[in-house]
Amino acid sequence: MPKTLYDKIWDAHVVHEDSDGTCLLYIDRHLVHEVTSPQAFEGLRLAGRTVRAPDKTIAVPDHNVPTTPDRENGIENPESRIQVETLDRNAQEFGVNYYPVHDVRQGIVHIVGPEQGWTLPGMTVVCGDSHTATHGAFGALAHGIGTSEVEHVLATQTLIQKKSKNMKVEITGSLPPGVTAKDITLSVIGATGTAGGTGHVIEYCGQAIEELSMEGRMTVCNMAIEGGARAGLIAPDQKTFDYVKGRPHAPKGAQWDAALAWWTTLKSDEGAHWDKVVTLKAEEIAPVVTWGTSPEDVLPITGHVPDPESFSGGKVGAARRALDYMGLQPGTRLTDIEIDTVFIGSCTNGRIEDLRAAAEILKGRKIAVKRAMVVPGSGLVRAQAEEEGLAQIFIDAGFEWRLAGCSMCLAMNPDQLAPGERCAATSNRNFEGRQGRGGRTHLMSPAMAAAAAITGRLTDIRELAPQPA
Amino acid sequence: MEKFTNLTGVAAPMPLVNIDTDMIIPKQFLKTVQRTGLVKNLFDEMRYDDQGNEIPDFVLNQPAYRQAQILVTGENFGCGSSREHAPWALADFGIRAIIAPSYADIFYNNCFKNGMLPIVLPQDQVDVLMEDARKGENARIAIDLESQTVTSADGQVFAFQIDPFTKHCLLNGLDDVGLTLEKVSAIDAFENAAAQARPWI
Repeated sequence: MPKTLYDKIWDAHVVHEDSDGTCLLYIDRHLVHEVTSPQAFEGLRLAGRTVRAPDKTIAVPDHNVPTTPDRENGIENPESRIQVETLDRNAQEFGVNYYPVHDVRQGIVHIVGPEQGWTLPGMTVVCGDSHTATHGAFGALAHGIGTSEVEHVLATQTLIQKKSKNMKVEITGSLPPGVTAKDITLSVIGATGTAGGTGHVIEYCGQAIEELSMEGRMTVCNMAIEGGARAGLIAPDQKTFDYVKGRPHAPKGAQWDAALAWWTTLKSDEGAHWDKVVTLKAEEIAPVVTWGTSPEDVLPITGHVPDPESFSGGKVGAARRALDYMGLQPGTRLTDIEIDTVFIGSCTNGRIEDLRAAAEILKGRKIAVKRAMVVPGSGLVRAQAEEEGLAQIFIDAGFEWRLAGCSMCLAMNPDQLAPGERCAATSNRNFEGRQGRGGRTHLMSPAMAAAAAITGRLTDIRELAPQPA
Repeated sequence: MEKFTNLTGVAAPMPLVNIDTDMIIPKQFLKTVQRTGLVKNLFDEMRYDDQGNEIPDFVLNQPAYRQAQILVTGENFGCGSSREHAPWALADFGIRAIIAPSYADIFYNNCFKNGMLPIVLPQDQVDVLMEDARKGENARIAIDLESQTVTSADGQVFAFQIDPFTKHCLLNGLDDVGLTLEKVSAIDAFENAAAQARPWI
């Protein structure tokens, strides 16, 4: 029977199947961070259990860590400090792979995993973080889990799972200039809604997906969760193999050849069954921004703030509440919305390519907003950006050049919006209070965020005047 | 884990769609290393004003709902992050069951690990129970897991679906890790076979 990529990875990891279809699924990589793991390690300790596969467990602090240079002096916030210190202690006690705050390889867990070659095609990858979907870009089955499940994976290296349905999201044709992976993933959510993928694993395919870099593919898969899906996947190809090869934890020599032989079989078969299919034409995707407080509240930058009454059902009330929270009036042109802050970073858009895209717009220009910051996704991304001269472009433009972490994507560290402040952000969630109580978030691509930084308002990247010579 | 068998109680109405985990428990309260003590910050930004005073209009601040054990709400409840702090905070308040047309996947799974029952019913049935919830103490809702039914205040019975394994664990308060460790020989066998087939992992 023809199988999807998801079917193949699933089948290769079933340890045990009950008569009702409940499966025990083997986990190849378990990523751990400081916020969702303390109670799980404590659970092990109380039950006298150990970590079954410490060599397959990778821990890194990212959510709480300050991104200012003074962080080497310690974390000021006592609760944040305790969480990071607890991870330090647990990593040591249980003997898992660890990248502490001061390690240059430290960064956002979903950037560190691929960067270090922990994430490989055909793997099962989990983490106590919903954006684990990012790793699907490698053709790995990757999804977020809760803390009880973190404890379960630590103790057993397995997860109790029922199989999800198969959903295909095809993007045909090539992206027009100025349109990026972020615009694809937001447009898909705009088309299907934040619950459109619920109960499904999405495989993204089509020419526009194939033409994306690995960085772009990670951006697309990262937001599968915002579309409600359990995971997002992209079949591995030569770009994937080229990206993986030579990374510290990637296979080498004869093992590389054996791995490659299997990886090249990891694609959906002709005639495989799809429970749901969504097709978008790349030519019709525009640079987009969000206007509300759900990632599905997305529109082309050429649009206007919608009238809540134009929706139906529960969405009418939700849209009214969103506009009230966002301080917006129906009918306002999106490009007339003025912003105070720009945030470039996160597991969605904190990779080197994202920084290059933003720097290209910013070169030789100055920001027209109160505050703008770039938070590289890892210490290695930061080092590379410095080497390529990108850091200087950001600094010259007026951006703050920060150390790696989750930062203002979820504002658990000191990087937060003040009430009423409006931010152009490259992150993944525009929920109420996400970037700070009362803060207002508009999601967009790195290039669009850079353009907004220059003009002080939401801006169509395609309309931006050419750079000064 | 605490068992869940049946429950009759007051339900709090929250007729919003897409209530996300940042609303349920904002991130600044995730800095704990414990599972308990989250109740005071449940729905923090909806529940308190900037000075930290209770907002009287918010449903869980109203006298009728301070003891609510059930939440009736809109579609896609619990969307957003994987934080188990969301069900922990709800459980800490005393919420043992939720009734909605749909849930976000991770939140839904997290509830069961904490002895909570998230029930999926069609929108028209949720609407009936939402009306009950609006009546507070005057319209108690009854949930029975064994028979997989919800009974409205005026006796309408709605059947719901639940995966048999999950139901079994919930009825008996079974701990997943303990159950899985009974299959340790199957895990060993899988690991050995996988080490041959995919030695690079």
